[in-house]
Amino acid sequence: MLPISVRDVRFMPAGRRVLAGIDLELGGEGITVVLGPNGAGKSVLLRVLAGLLAPDAGTIQWGDHAAPAEAAAIVFQQPALIRASVRANVELALLPLGMARAERAVRVRQVLERVGLAHRARDAARLLSGGEKQRLALARAWAARRPLLLLDEPTANLDPTATEAVEQIVREIRTDGARVVMTSHNLAQAMRVADDIVFLSAGRVVEHAPAARFFRKPQSQEARLFLQGELPWRISFDS
Amino acid sequence: MLATFAEAFALLTQLESRLLDIVLLSLRVSGCAVAIGAVIGLPVGAWVAVARFPGRGAVTVVLNAMMGLPSVIVGVIVYLALSRSGPAGSLGLLFTPTAMVIAQTVLTAPLMAALARQIVEDAWRDYETEFRALRLTRLQRVTTLLYDCRYSLVVAVLAGLGRAMSEVGAVMIVGGNIDGFTRVMTTAIALETSKGDLPLAIALGLVLLLLVLLLNAVAQTLRGWAMRRYG
Repeated sequence: MLPISVRDVRFMPAGRRVLAGIDLELGGEGITVVLGPNGAGKSVLLRVLAGLLAPDAGTIQWGDHAAPAEAAAIVFQQPALIRASVRANVELALLPLGMARAERAVRVRQVLERVGLAHRARDAARLLSGGEKQRLALARAWAARRPLLLLDEPTANLDPTATEAVEQIVREIRTDGARVVMTSHNLAQAMRVADDIVFLSAGRVVEHAPAARFFRKPQSQEARLFLQGELPWRISFDS
Repeated sequence: MLATFAEAFALLTQLESRLLDIVLLSLRVSGCAVAIGAVIGLPVGAWVAVARFPGRGAVTVVLNAMMGLPSVIVGVIVYLALSRSGPAGSLGLLFTPTAMVIAQTVLTAPLMAALARQIVEDAWRDYETEFRALRLTRLQRVTTLLYDCRYSLVVAVLAGLGRAMSEVGAVMIVGGNIDGFTRVMTTAIALETSKGDLPLAIALGLVLLLLVLLLNAVAQTLRGWAMRRYG
């Protein structure tokens, strides 16, 4: 997969600057964790990368080409699962690919085995636990084998065990060769899974660095304060 | 009064063949009309819920307005279409059960479409982002939403069946209320009441009420089961 170049992407609904000129280069593989305080534009950035929101300005390119939105899969904090079996929910992601029914069945079985839900394939998706639902959502995104996987706070409502299971799956997806970009509020999680960190503040990329360097020695004042637990809004309020 | 009711119950318990024929024809006509109406109306309603096109608001208004379409108007329109000088006159369908099915389909399809639009549109709000992210085509979105809402859509189908079974104007006009051929429960009730044969009218009325109750009980049970099974 070619590197993704995000150039001066702006998103300003009703004149409000949510993304105020994002510049970003993402390599072919690895896990990027997007950090930042609430309202920094993390989720919006993911939706723009997924092609769900059209930026008001700027470009997203893979090499010299416009990035095809269909190359990205996205998993939301609260996945919307249809009233059907676990298997049917995964199969949904394969419908647009025009695969034969038999081929779809094989792919669904493979991916459910990899997320540890093969034994629940026939069960109702909506009756799964929170952690299982999120694993199912990951399976659904993974099944289509899109090269870019976007995860919007995938473990926000999960207990530590379920969080660990999700993180393990995310690592496996990375090993499969996909580029993973995920948002998180959980610094410990970012330390555990990230290859690199993108730190957003007020709709801009303040810092983009390898994870080890970011946590050891953040370059920006905002990132330092964020890591110390002092959110930028609080600083400006105090001043 | 009591004697009339007793006679009506006697007709019911004896399963008098005249009564049975009327009930079976009613079920056949209304069942066919609702099945055809559902095949047309549900996808149309779901498509209107998902699609974005100029004039969508006007289409929604028309669909909703057609829920209250007077059955006699539908009867007259279908009558004109099927009469000898009408566009489908050569088919010779006027005063046949087929004509009654056509009239009831015209009555029930818009009703089911309007209800389906509302049900599917509510679901669409929950799924829109996810389905767009999954890159589902419009057809895939519509079929998936219809499947997801299948137990709620039973209500729309039931409403259609209720409308079909209870209407009298359209089937009277296009069916002609011919004894043993196009006489259904509602037209029979109207006729027998006007003739003063109240026991048969009451017996048919009771059957109609029982059927409606039974259908609603089945639908309620089905929805309850579906909620427990699929969440």
